[in-house]
Amino acid sequence: MREIWAVARKDLRIEARSKVVATQVLPFALIILVLFGLALDADRSTLRAFTPGLFWVATLFAAILAIQRSVSVETSSSAFEALRLSGTPGWKLFGGKALAVALQLVAIEAVLAIGVVVLYRSSFADPVLVVTAALAATVAIAAAGSLYGVLAVGMGVRDTILPMLLLPILAPVLVAATRAFDDGLGTAAVNGWSWCGLLGLFALIYVVIGSAAYAVVIEDA
Amino acid sequence: MRNAVVLLGRFPALAGLDLELAPGTVTLVQGPNGAGKTTLLRLLAGLAPLESGSATVLGHDVTIEKRRVRASVGLLSPATMLYDDLTIKENLDFWATLSGHSDADTLAALKRVRMVEFAQQRVVTLSTGQRRRAAIAVVALRRPRLWLLDEPHAGLDQSGRDIVDGLIEDAIAAGATVVVASHELARVRPLATHIATVAGGIVHQFETLVPNA
Repeated sequence: MREIWAVARKDLRIEARSKVVATQVLPFALIILVLFGLALDADRSTLRAFTPGLFWVATLFAAILAIQRSVSVETSSSAFEALRLSGTPGWKLFGGKALAVALQLVAIEAVLAIGVVVLYRSSFADPVLVVTAALAATVAIAAAGSLYGVLAVGMGVRDTILPMLLLPILAPVLVAATRAFDDGLGTAAVNGWSWCGLLGLFALIYVVIGSAAYAVVIEDA
Repeated sequence: MRNAVVLLGRFPALAGLDLELAPGTVTLVQGPNGAGKTTLLRLLAGLAPLESGSATVLGHDVTIEKRRVRASVGLLSPATMLYDDLTIKENLDFWATLSGHSDADTLAALKRVRMVEFAQQRVVTLSTGQRRRAAIAVVALRRPRLWLLDEPHAGLDQSGRDIVDGLIEDAIAAGATVVVASHELARVRPLATHIATVAGGIVHQFETLVPNA
């Protein structure tokens, strides 16, 4: 666990200094919320109905930028090579990178949650479901993103290929998280907890695959 | 290593290289640009994949036991491998944690490269030479059994160069093995016990030097 926390703390410290996520990714996510509101030209009740989907689309786009930033921290200093040289097991490196992305995503989601309340006048019918679903989806996004981010570096076309690789993989997470939020925000009569369970399963699968595959994909990074 | 072949794309950076290094020696690897010196060091570090042939480092096969090889070597490469937004101390603490070393080791490494007064300075604010010293401190911190130094004197002032020479001498005294790829032959030759001349991805000549000759 020491190594996992060391990797995560290092990434979070770099973000605290560089403020890339705070000053670029977060405003970008908020702009998406505003633009959707303008583009749909809808009244508040329609926006409220669309809130779960808009929230998670904004989160996914922001996540792609956060993941690209997490990867560029390593590539800009050839540190992937140093990470390999450290002899640290791949699953621990993966755990640290994914944990840092997840914590940044939690912060982004918290601000986006305030955003949908202020902009769309959304409310939380079941806050526990919303938080649980958000955490499960965040773990899934961070795990898949951390793995595919390094995979994209190995392919040598990281900036352009990552969304193409990642979004199809995360489409099931988007659907499940949106359905769970439908219940949690009271915008549709669905069983949110069963969707939340599915999100937990996705998170588990991505964490297991990422832990097992990271040592392999980092060899080409 | 026997008949080692390493490809960079389709280009054979090492084209059937044979080399055997005894423990406790300092080998100067010399040769023109593109000869394969850096690739040789990367192979010894378990970073360059072996296309064919065999290579054993410190008793471990570089293909099968990569992690064991990597945990035992220290590679100083042209890239500093430091995080610009962290201080030198934070960088060293990070690598110390990953390689199982303590705060005391970090401080000792900083002292060894005479960078204690810059410890709280962010890497992005340092000069090229200071970054190089910090990178050397990361290698020293690991106390590797095999030191792989790629142009270790590059970018350093006289004091920094003396530190590198001192570290090589300390490493040998501690029983480690050192491989130095360098164009600064006059600087490294007095420290070396062997010279491997590399060209076209193979060792053309391997000399054993007489001490203090």
